[in-house]
Amino acid sequence: MSKVIRFVSPAIVFFVVLLAWDFAVRWFEIHKVVLPPPRDVLQSFIDERWVLLKGAWITLQAAAAGLFASGLIGFSVALIFSLSGWIRNSFYPYVIFLQTVPIVAIAPLLILWFGNEFRTVVLVASIISIFPVISNVTSGLLSVHENFRDLFKLQSASTLQMLFKLRIPAAIPQLILGLRISCGLAVIGAIIGEFFVGDRGAYEGLGTIITARQANLRTSSMIAAVITCTLLGLVLLLIVHALNKTVFRRWTHGVGFETDGNG
Amino acid sequence: MNLELGPGPFLKCREISVSFRSKNGQSQQVLRSFDLDIQKASITTLLGPSGCGKSTVLRVIAGLLVPDSGDVLVNGLESTISNSSYGAKTDGANTYRAKMSFVFQESALLPWRSVLENVRLPLELRKQQSMSEIQAACEHWLNEVGLNRNDWQKRPSQLSGGMKMRVSIARAMTTSPELLLMDEPFAALDDVLRSRLNDLLLRIATTEKCTVIFVTHNIAEAVYLSNSITIMASGRNASTIGVEFTEPRDAALRSSKLFTDVYGEVSRTLFDSVAERESAS
Repeated sequence: MSKVIRFVSPAIVFFVVLLAWDFAVRWFEIHKVVLPPPRDVLQSFIDERWVLLKGAWITLQAAAAGLFASGLIGFSVALIFSLSGWIRNSFYPYVIFLQTVPIVAIAPLLILWFGNEFRTVVLVASIISIFPVISNVTSGLLSVHENFRDLFKLQSASTLQMLFKLRIPAAIPQLILGLRISCGLAVIGAIIGEFFVGDRGAYEGLGTIITARQANLRTSSMIAAVITCTLLGLVLLLIVHALNKTVFRRWTHGVGFETDGNG
Repeated sequence: MNLELGPGPFLKCREISVSFRSKNGQSQQVLRSFDLDIQKASITTLLGPSGCGKSTVLRVIAGLLVPDSGDVLVNGLESTISNSSYGAKTDGANTYRAKMSFVFQESALLPWRSVLENVRLPLELRKQQSMSEIQAACEHWLNEVGLNRNDWQKRPSQLSGGMKMRVSIARAMTTSPELLLMDEPFAALDDVLRSRLNDLLLRIATTEKCTVIFVTHNIAEAVYLSNSITIMASGRNASTIGVEFTEPRDAALRSSKLFTDVYGEVSRTLFDSVAERESAS
């Protein structure tokens, strides 16, 4: 498929959806509060660009900080898990618990414990996004090819040499994989955190904006905020992609691991 | 630090038995009282069909696998590399490991390291030489196996199968091994590349006076390389054939009548022993 078609066909889909939306609003005479026409949403984008941009910046910081914490803590936990089967067996069930606990249910508790603040939002973002990192990195550290392990054993390599020269480098692609899955989750976590923080805190993230606009029945501005949230996930993905191409390039480039079809 | 040689073979396998337990709990006997004598500075080939236990023998000799019973005795080592001392950090086991190199079937190069960094790995892990000594050894061996200087910074993924194997051989040789274990190293290569690498191996083994144990299922390769061919069938040493050529081993020898005769004898013995084992079981 040529490059032109690759970019043109999604654009066509985009405009067809916009036209259908606009047509439906007129044809069924839908009230503005229920579903405003696309042009109203565009107008909200323009009118509230600074509020949205500032909100996006704050939410991005929370989501990115949450993701960073997930990467760091998740990697450390995976390291400990990889060193001892005993520890892994004892703690892994509770790590799965992190994955299954409904984040919406514990967010109010976290607010109660840590306050209506930025750090609580970061915490929610990292709780929801840590599991993919732990599980991917743990399996990466443990599933090193047998030949490689033998190669090190034959040199009477120490546990530390094995860890730093073999297991960790081999697990870096899995770290990137886990972080990519976690990008969307971190944004979800940040928005949920902001829902619960609400306007009680001195805080104006995208989640706060959405709840405030909902109360005022400003639907077009709500939709504008929702679209901005979606773009945030993409921004995080781009950050992880950039890390993959720079800091982690040595361990992920040309090792049979590609992060996307474009290379 | 050389291994002091007494009389007799360099390395002996005595009545080695290995069985693997499969997932459904049944145990399968892979090696049955396997015996093998290896002479110093010779090339010995383990030849046999897939699943006959060739690679298992190599892993036992390398100390990567503990046999259920039996011993590997190394001439010049006070303690035998036996059941109990396998993988142990005893002096004997360490001396032995330091004098041995292993070449894997799939070249086993770390994908995130360059060619040079891969070749450096064993010496880097041993931490016994200075950085410049290590560098010199690596450069020497990369030249020796015929790798161009501009390939040294490449990643394994940028190399062809033959080049990867050359790197793998260079890596194995940097530690100046007395015993070189090779597990079907050239199985994935085409005939031309394979014969070139056979010649490379012969040259290195001769100049370094290295004892080589070579696993293959290719009869021509076994005949061309070996001083002694051990034919394996169903986990046993079925037959040992000595190979002597008065001519130098080169392209001319491959097409000579003498070579074809030995080839015929080896393949007959191989097919007979496999058939015999199959009818026995």
